[in-house]
Amino acid sequence: MQTANGKIVSLEGVAKSFGAVRALAGVDLAVGAGECLGRVGHNGAGKSTLMHALAGTLVPDEGKIVASGEDRTASYNVTLAHQLGIRCVFQELSLCPNLTVAENARIFHPNLKGWGWRRRAGSMIIGKLDEIFPGHGIADDDVVGDLSIGKRQMVEIARAFTVTDEPLHLVILDEPTSSLDSVTAGQLLNFVRKLVTENRSCILISHLLGEILDYCDRVVVMRDGEVVAERPAGDFDRDSLVAAMGDVTDEQKIEAHERIEKKRGEMPVVIRARPQTSDGAQELVAHKGEIVGLAGLAGHGQTRMLLQIYAAAAKRTTDTEVDGPVALVAGDRQTDGIFHLWSIGENVNVRSLRNMVRGLLIEPAREDALANEWKDRIKIKTPNMANNILSLSGGNQQKALFARALGSDAEIVLMDDPMRGVDVGTKLEVYDLIRQEAEGGRTFLWYTTEMDELSNCDHIYVFRNGRIVAELSRNELTEEKVLQSSFEEAAAS
Amino acid sequence: MRNYLLSPKFLRSALPGASLVILLMAIFYTQPRAMSYFGLNLMLQYTVPIALATIAQMFILTVNDLDLSIGPFVGLTACIGATLLNTDPVFGVLALLACIAVYAGLGALIHWRNLPSIVVTLGMSFVWLGVAVLILPTPGGTAPAWIKAVMGFKPTLQLFGYNVIPPFPIIAAAVIAVVVHIGLMRSSYGVVLRGAGGNPRAIARAGWSMLKIKVTMFALAGLFGVLAGLSLIGLTSAADAHIADRYTLYSIAGVILGGGEFVGGRVSPTGAVIGAMTLTLAGSFLIFLRISPDWQVGAQGAILILVLALRALINWREAR
Repeated sequence: MQTANGKIVSLEGVAKSFGAVRALAGVDLAVGAGECLGRVGHNGAGKSTLMHALAGTLVPDEGKIVASGEDRTASYNVTLAHQLGIRCVFQELSLCPNLTVAENARIFHPNLKGWGWRRRAGSMIIGKLDEIFPGHGIADDDVVGDLSIGKRQMVEIARAFTVTDEPLHLVILDEPTSSLDSVTAGQLLNFVRKLVTENRSCILISHLLGEILDYCDRVVVMRDGEVVAERPAGDFDRDSLVAAMGDVTDEQKIEAHERIEKKRGEMPVVIRARPQTSDGAQELVAHKGEIVGLAGLAGHGQTRMLLQIYAAAAKRTTDTEVDGPVALVAGDRQTDGIFHLWSIGENVNVRSLRNMVRGLLIEPAREDALANEWKDRIKIKTPNMANNILSLSGGNQQKALFARALGSDAEIVLMDDPMRGVDVGTKLEVYDLIRQEAEGGRTFLWYTTEMDELSNCDHIYVFRNGRIVAELSRNELTEEKVLQSSFEEAAAS
Repeated sequence: MRNYLLSPKFLRSALPGASLVILLMAIFYTQPRAMSYFGLNLMLQYTVPIALATIAQMFILTVNDLDLSIGPFVGLTACIGATLLNTDPVFGVLALLACIAVYAGLGALIHWRNLPSIVVTLGMSFVWLGVAVLILPTPGGTAPAWIKAVMGFKPTLQLFGYNVIPPFPIIAAAVIAVVVHIGLMRSSYGVVLRGAGGNPRAIARAGWSMLKIKVTMFALAGLFGVLAGLSLIGLTSAADAHIADRYTLYSIAGVILGGGEFVGGRVSPTGAVIGAMTLTLAGSFLIFLRISPDWQVGAQGAILILVLALRALINWREAR
């Protein structure tokens, strides 16, 4: 399987775009036999996309995939990847919850059939579980849906290492330890090292930098869909790795933010909320006219916090106080944001319809007035607000959603990572608008995974595992601090 | 042991069988004469077509789709069976094979165009009904003699004055349950088929063709729909386009009563057959109670709600 240069698989200039978002911008990557390659980068840096390209679950727009010395670009797919001995453990679990552990092993191995397949599949998967995670406590006839998330992940990992007739050369692990406790995570990483000595290879994608530094031979750092650094793991330490992942902080606006920071406490508190998942943990406080950033890795409770506040605006609860009407700008605009069949104007107005009613009917004149006011204020690029919302580009659709929130009577605007897939020009326009509105007395809660956007905030809360783990004022904000709080677990170990 | 018997897992799997036993006991209590070979045969004879239609529905539910056309489809195959299959067997068999092929094609269409199966099958239900009316405008026709012979089969073996072989509908139901159980629950490809309901993306990522899976499942549903239609005319000996209109809801209710779920690939062939039996017996039970036919559908619904409420209770206890 290996060629003279010992490469199992190499990617050359692989690029992939999703609409306007460039997930991979020409990446070169080679994996040698018997090496453990670490891959780090922020959310959206392209790590997972690159893995899907390797696994054959995603066809790149450009670039070459060379495996075992041959150009396989044209015919590369999941089946071929399996035949070449390339396996993946995906971040979102790919087990079937309605099947047993043994049956899930069968799904993975097409040739596991015929008389007694169930027994063979069961002994194979349990044998591998025993090898990687001694004392796992999983039986081959357990239904996966009944297992805890950690055990499911153990099954999925063990399954990727099982071998029938197809070879096993490279296993790609995407955040494999995210649901494992420290003991099982250690078992896995030690198994990976053992595998490497058997001249097999591994790609480890992790946010836990300690794992990467301690267990990998070589580290590839990705940013904005490109490889920005590639060195032996020994040449990195935690700080240099964070620096390689990070971005230069923008020093200019800090002064303006500091002015607001000084006023913090003088203005009335409009939101006081504590994450419901953790009792007694630090609470989030927002004052009138503030832009509060919610930072941390994706999916660590920020959206839940916003929804909790949104719900509390309608019905006060003990752990959440909200003073004033609330509007939410959705992040996933296709599913949570726009009404596909409506016009732009209707999409903008829907939050404010209550104020446009005379008698029992909505007044068209007021509708048009609000729609056109926001067309000009937020510069929605359309000849007519009566056009369908889908006639707009993604960025302009997002502007319409901002107009919906800002045009309403809401004093508090919750933003759920709203700039995903929006071009830079639009972003800058919206940043200015948010700043103006905040000066006008509105409060913004802004969940974002992008470092640049945090620099627009006056005060930042960092989330991890549903808790607030750090609170930073604007002049304390550095990428290192946010990252270190996000990765606290690794730092502690 | 006691813990196992009280575990939600066991209770959930025992619920379909327990419902059937309780219903049977209620029937025997109200009408002791039903507790005979002849009585059981009579009460359960329509189990066979309903169980087959329920299995057809179960295949569709396994891959997270829903078939709203199975009733009219069974009606159409019954009409074909009572006309073409009787007069021109070759042509009749071809027509039935064509029906299965159309079903398989629907599976492909639903997968390719990512259509909601409810819409597609609802539309097709009118097509099936229309074709059935064209073939057999007024109730009538004659079922082929061999089908009648199969459905009227009464194996008897007397020991000490008792019939030791259970009535044919029970044997047939058991055979259906065992065959489908082996095919779907035990075979290695059956696992892939069920996995496609549990996590389609995982199945696709493991290199299986979702198109092939959907086509297989819809073709199997078509096959069992044809069998349901033929077994039905074996009992009635004539057909009518509307003969099986109720089967759509019966089949869905049967799968759900038998412990199946609408999404997630959680199905049980034995449960589905038991569910079909429960539904048929519920009809007889209500007649024994002298409930007017107008109320029967509602009363069957009440039984369904009762069983599902019990299941919800078990799940709720498990979640706590």
